[in-house]
Amino acid sequence: MRLTGLAVAAAALLGVSGPAMAGATLDAVKERGAVRCGVNSGLAGFSIADSQGRWTGLDVDVCRAIAAAVVEDAEKVEWVPLSAQQRFTALQSGEVDVLSRNTTWTLTRDASLGLHFTVITFYDGQGFMVPANLGVDSAKDLSGAEVCVQSGTTTELNLADYFRANGMEFKPVVFESFEESKTAFFNGRCQVYTTDRSGLASLRASDAPNPKDYVILPEAISKEPLGPAVRRGDDEWFSIVKWVIYATIEAEEYGVTQANVDELKANSENPVVQRLLGVSGEMGKLLGLDNEWAYRVIKQVGNYGEIYDRNVGPDTPIGLDRGMNDLWTRGGLMYAMPIR
Amino acid sequence: MSDRAYVAERILPDEEPPAASIGFVGWLRANLFDGFWNSMLTVAAALILIRFVPPLVDWLFLDAVWGDAPPDACREAAGACWAVIWEKHRLILFGRYPYQEHWRPVLGMAILITLVGFSCNRANWRAWLVGAWALGLAAFFALMWGGFFGLTFVPNVLWGGLPLTLLLAIIGIVVAFPVSMLLALGRRSHMPVIRAICVCYIELIRGVPLISLLFMASFMLPLFMPTGVNIDAMLRAQIAIIMFSSAYLAEVIRGGLQAIPRGQFEAAEAIGLGYWKMQRLVILPQAIRLVIPPIVNTFIGLFKDTSLVAIVSLTDLLLATRQAVSDPLWRAYFVEGYIFIAIIYFCFCYFMSKYSQYLERQFYTGQTRN
Repeated sequence: MRLTGLAVAAAALLGVSGPAMAGATLDAVKERGAVRCGVNSGLAGFSIADSQGRWTGLDVDVCRAIAAAVVEDAEKVEWVPLSAQQRFTALQSGEVDVLSRNTTWTLTRDASLGLHFTVITFYDGQGFMVPANLGVDSAKDLSGAEVCVQSGTTTELNLADYFRANGMEFKPVVFESFEESKTAFFNGRCQVYTTDRSGLASLRASDAPNPKDYVILPEAISKEPLGPAVRRGDDEWFSIVKWVIYATIEAEEYGVTQANVDELKANSENPVVQRLLGVSGEMGKLLGLDNEWAYRVIKQVGNYGEIYDRNVGPDTPIGLDRGMNDLWTRGGLMYAMPIR
Repeated sequence: MSDRAYVAERILPDEEPPAASIGFVGWLRANLFDGFWNSMLTVAAALILIRFVPPLVDWLFLDAVWGDAPPDACREAAGACWAVIWEKHRLILFGRYPYQEHWRPVLGMAILITLVGFSCNRANWRAWLVGAWALGLAAFFALMWGGFFGLTFVPNVLWGGLPLTLLLAIIGIVVAFPVSMLLALGRRSHMPVIRAICVCYIELIRGVPLISLLFMASFMLPLFMPTGVNIDAMLRAQIAIIMFSSAYLAEVIRGGLQAIPRGQFEAAEAIGLGYWKMQRLVILPQAIRLVIPPIVNTFIGLFKDTSLVAIVSLTDLLLATRQAVSDPLWRAYFVEGYIFIAIIYFCFCYFMSKYSQYLERQFYTGQTRN
């Protein structure tokens, strides 16, 4: 066993994928009676402990949904807060069953870290925020600007790439911490602030002295698709995580909510809803679960729209419109594979 | 009759000293306005104080928002927002420990602090103190973990805040101290293998930052374990802290050992003491007494270094505070959060510093200069 461990370590270090261990994760989770979920140790809207120490957030609710489907109780999750450096090791070494920690899906990570991304739960992208009185309405007009940015992130890299690609000059004003960089921006130390657009929206809503004085420019200069990842080599578990998320999206598309799920389960004539809620078909069995798996997810956690609105939607301090994260039927990118 | 020019026929009564050299004015002249440059310094310092102290007092106290207030109240106030502490103090102090069970870490901390306070008294330095510690720590862990008498089980990944910081620091000190004594003795040993091991250990551990030990413990170690077998993250961090501090402490204690004259060793041997008895009864008591200030220095460093475990996602006091102030409703008031824990850290460090001064007064009776 120890030799296997060494091999995994060597493989991980060399950038080769880990060994195959089919089906082991589901069995381990069921035996333990809880899903081990790696989350961010503090990112508003995605995973953060509230004043009572309870985890809330979009990434967190994804884990709750998985727990509801697999161990029948959304609260049966063992939370493992992880730093950015720790996260992939924790997944590779089996410390967590699923990594739901605002992690961007990129080729390098997908191909070299021994993990599989499942489904995108949040489409993000880097953007710019400027004071309204600057009179700028496109990032193309930002030549020569001083830009506040947090150091050591891909944000800094994307920023340089964007300005170079467009043949513009800029002066980066780099800060170590989020607090420093935002304070500098609101004190006028620089004209532009850049980070992911979800971060900009919450910054504008919660930290700006007057939100109307600041505008977020329309350009997204990078793609940041965020979603949970699982360890390679366990296809059964991979499918479960994938379809739990699809089920929340499918539920929103067909109007199944936390409030009406019981009623629809009893009365709905729609075959899609019937299959989703386990009234007809053997969908859960095919995944290695029972047929009420998706019913529990919706009942205990809600559909994707409810999860979104509760954590990052317009009525929260984050205050994000659905945008790209709306259903495909409303012009967004959320498209669940059919459950049939 | 007398050829003397002057004879004092009565003793003059004592004159009062000049008004300018006694009382408040005299104190001012002696301490603040003693010559031109000192006067200039005093005036400059006074100007700086007048410039900065009143706004600080306004911000800290007069304009501050106290007690249970919504974040909007803080937005309107000009001063500090202590409401953030009111709102978040449970999260800051106890991390993610289950909310209804917070009385358990409170009681646990009381046990730890009582143990420390009890051990500070020299009269209690007896063999049974070891038993008291074993008992106290067992009570602490039983209380924190629970799982009996109707107490719900709380896995230690949920431990956080001040109890975690205290636990890491206190166990770190209690274990690292004896280990470091052995290392220091080993480094001065005449047995080549033992000496080589101790020298290698000390130099290796001292040569890397604590942060890299923590990283190694939390990233490399799991990769070498079979999948599914995990050593507890808290234990890993605790071991890293103990290893790191004991290497530093060993050198401090060796400094004390070097200062003991050879005659003491010879005298101890002459009355027939073996190696361990000689070290325990004659050498170490004298050596450690000499190096109390640097030992306490290392302890204070260790206490503050526990905040580095935030990097491996243990929710110590610092990380719990960071979590508390990343709430978008309250994150504008992160400074207040950090001031709050700075005060907590200061209280503990100041206690250690004061205690070391007390010990010095107790022990340095024959060597003090004044």
